Amino acid sequence: MSIASLPDDLELRERFNELKPPLAPQAAVLEAERCLYCFDAPCMAACPTHIDVPGFIKRIASGNLRGSAMRILDANILGSSCARVCPVDVLCEGACVMHRHNRAPIQIALLQRHAMDAFHDSGESVPVVSASNRSLRVVCIGGGPASLACAAELQRRGAQATILERRPLPGGLNTYGVAEYKLRAADSLREVEMIRRMGVEFRFGSSVDSAAALAALESEFDAIFLGVGLGAMQRLGIPGEEGEGVMNALELIASYKTGHLRELHGTVVVVGAGNTAIDAANAARRLGAETVYLLYRRGESDMSAFDFEYEHAKQEGVQFLWRRQPLAVRRGAHGRLLLDTVQMHQVDRTLLTIPDSQYTIACDLLVPAIGQSPLAQLLQELRGVEVRDGRIVVEPATGQTTNPRYFAGGDCVNGGREVVDAVAGGKRAALAILKAAEVAAHA
Amino acid sequence: MPDIRVRNFAGAISSPNPFWLASAPPTNTGEMIMRAFDAGWGGAVWKTIGEPVTNVSSRYSSIDWQSQRIMGFNNIELISDRPVEENLREMAEVKKRYPQNAVIASLMVASNREAWHEIVARAENAGADGLELNFGCPHGMSERGMGSAVGQVPEYAEMITAWVKEKARTPVLVKLTPNISDIRTVARAAKRGGADGLSAINTINSITGVDLDTLVPRPNVDGKSSHGGYCGPAVKPIALNMVQQIMADSESALPLSGIGGIGTWRDAAEFLLLGCGTVQVCTAAMHYGYRIVEDMAEGLENWMRSKGFATIEDFRGLSVHRVTEWKHLNLNYKIVARIDEQKCIGCDLCHIACWDGAHQCIHLDRVTGPVDGHVELHPVPAVKESESRASLAATPVTRRERAMDAAMHGPYPTPLARIPRVDETECVGCNLCSCVCPVDGCITMVRVDSGVAPETWDERTRGAACTAQPESSIG
Repeated sequence: MSIASLPDDLELRERFNELKPPLAPQAAVLEAERCLYCFDAPCMAACPTHIDVPGFIKRIASGNLRGSAMRILDANILGSSCARVCPVDVLCEGACVMHRHNRAPIQIALLQRHAMDAFHDSGESVPVVSASNRSLRVVCIGGGPASLACAAELQRRGAQATILERRPLPGGLNTYGVAEYKLRAADSLREVEMIRRMGVEFRFGSSVDSAAALAALESEFDAIFLGVGLGAMQRLGIPGEEGEGVMNALELIASYKTGHLRELHGTVVVVGAGNTAIDAANAARRLGAETVYLLYRRGESDMSAFDFEYEHAKQEGVQFLWRRQPLAVRRGAHGRLLLDTVQMHQVDRTLLTIPDSQYTIACDLLVPAIGQSPLAQLLQELRGVEVRDGRIVVEPATGQTTNPRYFAGGDCVNGGREVVDAVAGGKRAALAILKAAEVAAHA
Repeated sequence: MPDIRVRNFAGAISSPNPFWLASAPPTNTGEMIMRAFDAGWGGAVWKTIGEPVTNVSSRYSSIDWQSQRIMGFNNIELISDRPVEENLREMAEVKKRYPQNAVIASLMVASNREAWHEIVARAENAGADGLELNFGCPHGMSERGMGSAVGQVPEYAEMITAWVKEKARTPVLVKLTPNISDIRTVARAAKRGGADGLSAINTINSITGVDLDTLVPRPNVDGKSSHGGYCGPAVKPIALNMVQQIMADSESALPLSGIGGIGTWRDAAEFLLLGCGTVQVCTAAMHYGYRIVEDMAEGLENWMRSKGFATIEDFRGLSVHRVTEWKHLNLNYKIVARIDEQKCIGCDLCHIACWDGAHQCIHLDRVTGPVDGHVELHPVPAVKESESRASLAATPVTRRERAMDAAMHGPYPTPLARIPRVDETECVGCNLCSCVCPVDGCITMVRVDSGVAPETWDERTRGAACTAQPESSIG
């Protein structure tokens, strides 16, 4: 049985056409030949999964595309989505020595995509260890990048991995939460299907939300990997936030990516200044909103979004309102919202409201985008797994929690980073689980 | 402005500049040669005239080097496929319209005296300024006892040169094949036969590659290939060596027209410095068109001006005697690599090249602490790589994390840990690191005083044989 897929949605594709189109074959070879093939390359070191970047690039240059893809997959099973979503400016491409050579950095992301697309188009499978008896059984809770990476690494090395996903589609934020112009949901699902073909078992619709459910998993599996990500979007905590006309950023992104939200009109206000806020604001523009404001209580220099995301949003026509805090939402005529805001000013890190600076913005949709809350409810059920500040505490090199049968990786550990960080965490945990099992077998 | 005119080359050939088109497709017809002269070429050696041939398709194949097309070029085309009288009629027309430019008739006929006498007379009657005997074509014609079949046998080369000289009134150049163990043997034969000059080198026997889909070598002629003649930038070093060998040998040395991978004024200047009086170009013109000659002429003039040379004769041959036998090199000359920390970009290619290809004396120990001396004292490169793979890295998602990343630099543009360091006590001065370094002027080879007087291998072994003195007393 294949992973469920989404129907090809032409309108969606048109509205969210790819930000960075793929390289043509000859362009890829030319770009690959620019690579200096650094020793112990800084790009490799900068990548959380330590992909052998010069190694895969030289294989593109030589025409060994399958070898190139395998080199990527050895380090990062989600090489295809990472090629599309990684903030490479602050990772591999940011570390490229070409910056100091007065040249543009090697387009590592596009080259990686080139190799991975060729691999996916070839229909080939990732080789796994042939093990007649996959006696080590591991369950990965959550179907996002961390669990996928953990499961794939276990599977290719002879263990049996099972992924539990509460939503109808796997892939986590890769499927539901990344701007469609960067990573199409269909491409995320194609990648998950590749992992399923490695023998990973998927169980959908199963929410692990009780101690009893966990106990059942403990008796069925040898180890448990927590790749549960973060919880619901944070609420603004202002009057009138409930009800019509308010939709958080992740909900907005998931709705348009799955075809449920097809169009927006009028004015949309996004609150927050992280990368997800930018994704939501850009999406609102592309879905037809005439005016999109991004409201942030601090200034431009404090926004956590990457510089290139900020630049992109400006190009999409998003307008930024700095040092503005929402106070309340009221309902106006014709279903419009009236968002009361106040101007802030900042002394060191302290924010103060400016008296008599209140201002009301009339809008049609309010989109809170101020981060996700930790998945507190589940974590409280996990006896012996220490949680601090909403994050699962792990040994960094192994992902092992304070309960030795439990491992964890991804957003639930790091508080919310990138797909590539989740993959690195999942892979490290898989290797540690295998090692622990090996030790146990010899004991 | 310096004067780059060529006067009385090989006795009587003059041209407005030393840049001639070699006997090849760019000189196939009078129409082409006249356009070449309009573009600025000083001379042209006509595509070899002889009994017309039938050619095949395809005819060319090439070697690309990374993104650069035609690093090396290979052909299996034969001599002119047009009748002799047509070629000569056009030659007369060209000479009439372009009296200042050199037109050389390249000739190849069957190996009998009458045939050579006849073609020489006809070419000269058409107005050729000189004759070039094609003893070099390595493919096709050689199977019929011509071209390199002549050029590989000194006695044939001498004999035919002598036949030609019996008849010729214009200078006779012999074009040499490199497909022979010592090019001087044929150069000497040509000189003995009375040649007025030489042209070198012709193309080198080659198979440029095998198509990995069809398994047929290139160029593919209906499923089969044949060895061709290799030329283009790749052959320049081979040509320069042969040119130097000829010019340094008194029994070979004659006015020489240098050929082989010349595409720029720089290449041309190198051939002239090794003694050539003119240069011939083919591949570069086939690649980019006749227009390349403009920069060749200008560039040579500008270089001559910067060096203070008024004419080509002022510098021609100055580098010939800078080449010597190995045994005459100074064994006590010592240079070491120096890395400019301000220019280093941290690719660390010099480190891996020194470890895997040289003498293990470039280290990545500026942060961990410098250690000079034996290879055993240093971690091998694989250790460094595995440390990087085992390191924990995370995406800097906040502004503060990104600012911290940026602040992790030392005093140079590149983080100190990635700037290699040369252990000068172990450096043998081989040049490898400076060859691999992608940054101009980053690695320089600096002379260090060895404290020992110059001594060559020849001197050392002669000294040892004659006087049996201990080595230390020599310096």
